[in-house]
Amino acid sequence: MEIYEMNLRQLIEAREKGELTSEEIIDGFIDRMNNVEADVKGFVSRLENSSGAEIKEIGDLRGIPIAVKDNMATLDFPTSCSSKLLEGYTTPYEGTAVKKLKEAGAVIAGKTNMDEFAMGSSTENSGFMTSRNPWNLDHLPGGSSGGSAAVVAAGEVPAALGSDTGGSIRQPAAFSGLVGLKPTYGSVSRYGLVAFASSLDQIGPLTRNVKDAALMLNILAGKDQMDSTSADVEHPDYLAEIEQDISGFRFGVPKGYLELELHPDVKARVEEAIERIKENGGEVVEVELPPADQALAIYYIIAPAEASSNLARFDGVRYGQRLGDGDIEEMYQKTRNEGFGSEVKRRIMLGTYALSAGYQDELYKKALKVRTLIRDQYKAVFEEVDFIITPTCPTPAFKMGEERDPLETYLTDIFTVPANITGSPAISLPAGFSEDGLPVGVQLIGSAFSEKRLLQAANSLENILDIDNPVQL
Amino acid sequence: MTTNYEIIIGLEVHLQLNTESKLFCGCSTKFGEEPNANTCPVCLGMPGTLPVINERAVEYALMACRATDCKINQYNKFDRKNYYYPDLPKGYQISQFDLPIGFDGAVTIETEDGYKDIGLTRIHLEEDAGKLIHAGSVADSDHSLVDFNRGGVPLIEIVSEPDLRTPAEAKAYLDALKQIMLYLGISDCNMEEGSLRCDANVSIRPEGQEEFGVKVEVKNMNSFKAVENALSYEVERQKKMLENGDVISQETRSWDDTSNKTVLMRGKEEADDYRYFPEPDLMPLEISDQWIKETDDNLPELPLAKKERFIEDYELPEYDAEVLTDDFKLANLFEETVGNYSNPKEVSNWLMGEFLKLLNEEGISPDESNITGNNLASLLKLIDDGTISSKIAKDVFEEMFNTGKEPEAIVEEKGLTQISDEDKLVEIINNILDENQDVVEEIQSGNERPVGFLVGQVMKETRGKANPQLANKLIREEVAKR
Ligand SMILES: [Zn+2]
Repeated sequence: MEIYEMNLRQLIEAREKGELTSEEIIDGFIDRMNNVEADVKGFVSRLENSSGAEIKEIGDLRGIPIAVKDNMATLDFPTSCSSKLLEGYTTPYEGTAVKKLKEAGAVIAGKTNMDEFAMGSSTENSGFMTSRNPWNLDHLPGGSSGGSAAVVAAGEVPAALGSDTGGSIRQPAAFSGLVGLKPTYGSVSRYGLVAFASSLDQIGPLTRNVKDAALMLNILAGKDQMDSTSADVEHPDYLAEIEQDISGFRFGVPKGYLELELHPDVKARVEEAIERIKENGGEVVEVELPPADQALAIYYIIAPAEASSNLARFDGVRYGQRLGDGDIEEMYQKTRNEGFGSEVKRRIMLGTYALSAGYQDELYKKALKVRTLIRDQYKAVFEEVDFIITPTCPTPAFKMGEERDPLETYLTDIFTVPANITGSPAISLPAGFSEDGLPVGVQLIGSAFSEKRLLQAANSLENILDIDNPVQL
Repeated sequence: MTTNYEIIIGLEVHLQLNTESKLFCGCSTKFGEEPNANTCPVCLGMPGTLPVINERAVEYALMACRATDCKINQYNKFDRKNYYYPDLPKGYQISQFDLPIGFDGAVTIETEDGYKDIGLTRIHLEEDAGKLIHAGSVADSDHSLVDFNRGGVPLIEIVSEPDLRTPAEAKAYLDALKQIMLYLGISDCNMEEGSLRCDANVSIRPEGQEEFGVKVEVKNMNSFKAVENALSYEVERQKKMLENGDVISQETRSWDDTSNKTVLMRGKEEADDYRYFPEPDLMPLEISDQWIKETDDNLPELPLAKKERFIEDYELPEYDAEVLTDDFKLANLFEETVGNYSNPKEVSNWLMGEFLKLLNEEGISPDESNITGNNLASLLKLIDDGTISSKIAKDVFEEMFNTGKEPEAIVEEKGLTQISDEDKLVEIINNILDENQDVVEEIQSGNERPVGFLVGQVMKETRGKANPQLANKLIREEVAKR
């Protein structure tokens, strides 16, 4: 087996046994990057040779390259959020998640392409380039953490960090045949994550399997003094006792969700997964949840509202691109107008509108109320079942260059958004393939801070589905 | 016929809390550092950074609220006030909107007609912005520089009800507010360094009219005197306008100290839309009953209460009580001294006289001198037991003030002990009498006036150390013997 085909745990094991050195591991992955990156286009900046890599003597991940989405503060590479406005900008500090990876010995392999400021679901909204889906280069890897998904699927790194505001880890994981975990809001520090929508954003891993996701969460989770929204809770060892029988779990299938407009292959794979759970003794019941489009509707008010404020700091005064040499108004306007892409502008406008006097009560405040109602309903459902099971996305990976209406594109988040609205942990894992050979994902959503059991359930489902999911290209 | 107008003034005061570090990061709040020396990624609003609340600032705000009788929103939160300005690094200010920490309070001021309560609408916490420095003049410079040292410094904004009726009341309100905050020790209230800033809303209306007049906002007043002057000017300006039949327009005016006028800053624009919404990066502030109780229990005695107690307990004239409690450090020194010496009026005299005189000469505050309650009491006892005269005591006091030495040590060192030894004095007196035979005869003939002259001679001979009462008595005795 080539080094680049190995997952995190295999790499650690090989190194522990003395079969591989940290140097061999990093060299192996850099070779792989140099071979396939031109096709994948997953990195906006990266290590090109191992001399640039600082290999530590300690930590589980020593010598192992991990890719980081371009919206997380790093000292080694610029943090541009794949936006022209921030092109070449390096933060003067390092984010907590990145720091923790480094403390665990990881080598930051580079920054991955994304939809600009994490707004989008294809990487086509990147200010720099569009990433490709290694399963089929004519297709997209999803987004906004599309670059992270693409580089893991192509074996350029064994794992990557993504950020998930409405499904941005899980959807690209599903499109790229990977495991994508969005932890409970507050379990991984957001310090250093360039905010899209603060109350929804969460950092999480993209990995080749569920156990690697658990391993990553062990490193990432924890209270951070720099993030007052990070939760002060005990985080168990997520890898220990991960092997559990599926019969110990009770899954809820939301009524009506599988009757939504779904790609037939997606529907078939998710139904098969549900069948396999039942065959193996897991319990599956129907549960009542708010209509799926309700969460989506309020998401598209709350997220842009917060984004419109979070992105106000990009004004050309202190860092990033500055345009215009006339008065201050002109500088603001030119800097922002030419720096931001159209999707970002669209959402800033939506958010500004939703918060503006006269509309705030009717839009923003109402959305907050509905958010509370949805949370309550999910809470009630989690009294009945351990997890909710849904497709991750309505379709397999989009084709490149396809004309898509922004509204239709927003609908692709319909299954992933509720976990962000409620703050719940959710995981997407491979459920098989479409007739065209594109990966399809299935999603499990749990109650707040139920990651330990969520990973157990996902691991057992992964075991019974037993999908052959090799590195692509 | 001239119309009488009623003046309506409301003040918005921004106070910088004197915490060591900023509201949402660990940066120092020290004044006068190099531009941008007190900054970090958090207070510069660098992408990806998050605010973390400084508990001390909340504690101070809570103290300000309770000292001004505000009710507390036990569940309060921070909000974002969104607007663009180059000195605002995040493009929004973290402030409090619909749930300020305190509301519905009052500050008592003294007017010619007695005490008056000025209502407080609210007290809320917020972060300060940075400062723009224009290269050259605003008009012709081609660039501006930004100093973020002040950015993120904790402020409270205290908004009064429109309860003030004269510029003098406005000044009295500011004085009272400042005094309270200094007593609490939560702000320096220094207008020159910008730790106290004040904006005013002024309107007038013909007496008897119910609806308010058009409100004009006055900014950039940089001393309490300036506030009073600016308000007086503005009131007169508005009166003249109304009398000329002009319409007052809603606008913001700036006080110009050099011309002593308010000048137009900007007219009424479209209403500002700050798009307030709850700050998602901070947890709501929850203030427990226990926290409020602890704050109340630890509040120091406030200026008015202290003044009244001084009058009551120490039987001081109102004027003395007023002067002594004007500065809590002076009041503390007074009480310390009285604890060791049982004549409050005498202590008051010394503090209001010699002490304040020396403080003024040195330009320092009461706690910066070397005088303590202990050594002042010792000094007063030395006068009472006749060790030194009150005249000499003033010199000793000055020495204590400058060096911090104990009065006994100073008296000892300089040999200032009063001569109360009768034999020694009699000897000196007889020498003087010998030299002033004519004066002795004059006294013997029944004219008492020259006794004073002889006392003076004794004091001169003893360089002021003789006990004057004793000298007087002995002179009479010795003259009688001759
Ligand atoms: Zn700072």
